[in-house]
Amino acid sequence: MTSTSDLTVPRKPGLFSRLPVIHQLRQSVGLQRGMLVAGLVITGVFILTAIFAPLLAPYGFSQLRDESGRFGSQQPPSGEHLFGTTVGGYDVLSRVLWGAQTAIFVIVVAVVLSIFAGVVLGLVSGYFGGWLDRVLVVVSDAVYAFPSLLLAIVMSIVISGGRSDLIGGVLAAAISITVVFIPQYFRVIRAETVRIKAEAYVESARVLGASNSRIMFRHVLRNATRTLPLIFTLNASEAILTLAGLGFVGFGIEPTAAAEWGYDLNKALSDVTSGIWWTSLFPGLAIVLVVLGITLVGESLNDLADPRLRGRRRVAQASGLVAETSVVPGGTLVAGPGGLDGLESNATHPDTGLETRP
Amino acid sequence: MTTVATTPAVPAGRPAGRKSKPAGGGIGRYLLIRFLLIFPTIFILVSMVFWLMRATGDPITAALGGRLGPEQLAERIHAAGYDRPILVQYVEYLGQIFTGNFGTTISTNRPVSEVLLAYGVATAELAFYGLLVAFIVGIPLGMVAAYFRDKGQDALLRVFAILCYATPVFFSGLLFKLVFAVWLNVLPVAGRATTGSELEMQLLTNPTGLYTIDAIQVAFQAGNTDVLIDVLQHAVLPSLALGLLTAGVFLRLVRTNVIGTLGTDYVDAARSRGVSEFRLVSKHAYRPALIPIITVIGLQIALLLGGAVLTETTFEWKGLGFVLIEFIKARDYVAVQGIVALLAVIVALSNFIVDIIAAIIDPRVRY
Repeated sequence: MTSTSDLTVPRKPGLFSRLPVIHQLRQSVGLQRGMLVAGLVITGVFILTAIFAPLLAPYGFSQLRDESGRFGSQQPPSGEHLFGTTVGGYDVLSRVLWGAQTAIFVIVVAVVLSIFAGVVLGLVSGYFGGWLDRVLVVVSDAVYAFPSLLLAIVMSIVISGGRSDLIGGVLAAAISITVVFIPQYFRVIRAETVRIKAEAYVESARVLGASNSRIMFRHVLRNATRTLPLIFTLNASEAILTLAGLGFVGFGIEPTAAAEWGYDLNKALSDVTSGIWWTSLFPGLAIVLVVLGITLVGESLNDLADPRLRGRRRVAQASGLVAETSVVPGGTLVAGPGGLDGLESNATHPDTGLETRP
Repeated sequence: MTTVATTPAVPAGRPAGRKSKPAGGGIGRYLLIRFLLIFPTIFILVSMVFWLMRATGDPITAALGGRLGPEQLAERIHAAGYDRPILVQYVEYLGQIFTGNFGTTISTNRPVSEVLLAYGVATAELAFYGLLVAFIVGIPLGMVAAYFRDKGQDALLRVFAILCYATPVFFSGLLFKLVFAVWLNVLPVAGRATTGSELEMQLLTNPTGLYTIDAIQVAFQAGNTDVLIDVLQHAVLPSLALGLLTAGVFLRLVRTNVIGTLGTDYVDAARSRGVSEFRLVSKHAYRPALIPIITVIGLQIALLLGGAVLTETTFEWKGLGFVLIEFIKARDYVAVQGIVALLAVIVALSNFIVDIIAAIIDPRVRY
């Protein structure tokens, strides 16, 4: 945590500058800072849009008419409908804005659920080892290798039979995505647990007679979670893509229940052939922007945590603190959108971090 | 578990994780272990799909629920054996899968394996073209990015790579359709070929179903290259949409690995001999950087298959993904189960093959 260039004891930085993202922001330089800032801005706008969608959107997401009558279907962009209307007669702008809310809801539910399940499974598996560990690892490897969208489709058939109301639909989508993500958290936490349980302080705790659960949750878990924020950002972007993919193949949330970008794109499929561009362009751009923003943040955080990828100038500074926090050696996209295989594969491929997501 | 073994995070799940021998413990042994590992993977995925799909009820009720009376329904269920204990059905299903029998579809009453064969070739063709695009775009651009490390070009390419990942295949597909098929009107909107070309290819004595090969056959036999051009034109947009998704991953991978190898001693040695910086990237650092790509392709196949479902839906490309969605809409869960099980087999097999290739090329990859 200290600078290695001098021997004076540095002042402990204030709480503010030690906060996760703030710290990295101060640490970054040049291009990397640009990417991080751009990502943070986009993500911020996305979150604000989601929160204030009811105020920002000119109409409701399922509104078909106002005082002056029906909106009409496939109307080109105009003063009343800045982004035009869809084939179903909804206002495109409103649905794009409301869609942010659905997206964030699904991200939060999916990621919280998968962190919960993944962390508990990873802890138990890594800590106790044995046959349970073997079985869990084989299962998670198998699930991990499988195309995530297909898995989500199967889950979504199981949960909701395909279509549902707001809560049911969002939950179904979120749980489907959760199943895809659990193996990732499982792997990361398990690998960390296996490493940590060999540390001296865990031995000490055991000598002092601490129970297994106390060691697991107090000594191991607290030290194993530092990589979670990073995986969180990576998974958040994948969650949006999976949600949109589910919506696109027809497992979306009903338009009357919530606005969902993938569903809108599915309905816009036939519009494109007749040259109607506004129904597909705007929801699509929304997806791209949000995923881009979140990925930029995740990428930058990962690069900053990896001394080999950090900007050259300040490599020496603060590297001790972060050297080990790189989840994905070699960059997140390399280890794959959602793929964190790099972690466990270090044994086979010393410094490449090369495996990618299914 | 009081004595804590200081095992590092070995690639667990692979039983060879014990590391009883030092690296390079014989490729034969590695091949055998890796081969045996295919079976648990397939077994787990197939079982998972079976239990998940059965949690929704029996396939007959799902498919024909509203349309048949209760007696007829019960009769069909009994005839298909879905009223037996689920464990019996499960064991029977596993046995069937083992012999390559994936059941009979309810909605079209065809053997699933026949459907798989008929549509699988289309998906294979699409995936092949997608990979081709990914190689052509990803690898050179990755080298360029490494060459211009930390400069403007590098930043641009990195953003491009993220954009490739951030754009869902169906959205890029829609944009391509809009621009090239509708506005510029230079490429076809959807499908694998025009009806005329398809008819001509069916006249062949032994059509493969791979339209490119069939069209080449037509070109040779009848001297008619229009069919080939037509087929290739239809393939451009879907392959681009699918390929760009993977291209971003390749770009990043090549960049990181080339940068990594640029820092090694032998590259320094070459540099001191006066080898130009460009040649360093294109010859010295690039070759070793390609090895990891082979490993990644295995995992990319799963990504490609997932992407293919979306691409095929976007472009009405009649492959496995396209029929999968059709069957889901028809609630034909026998067919869905069969297709998903087959995809599991493909993923497991392709990972196996890729691991073997990687092990042959790079001796460090042994357990």
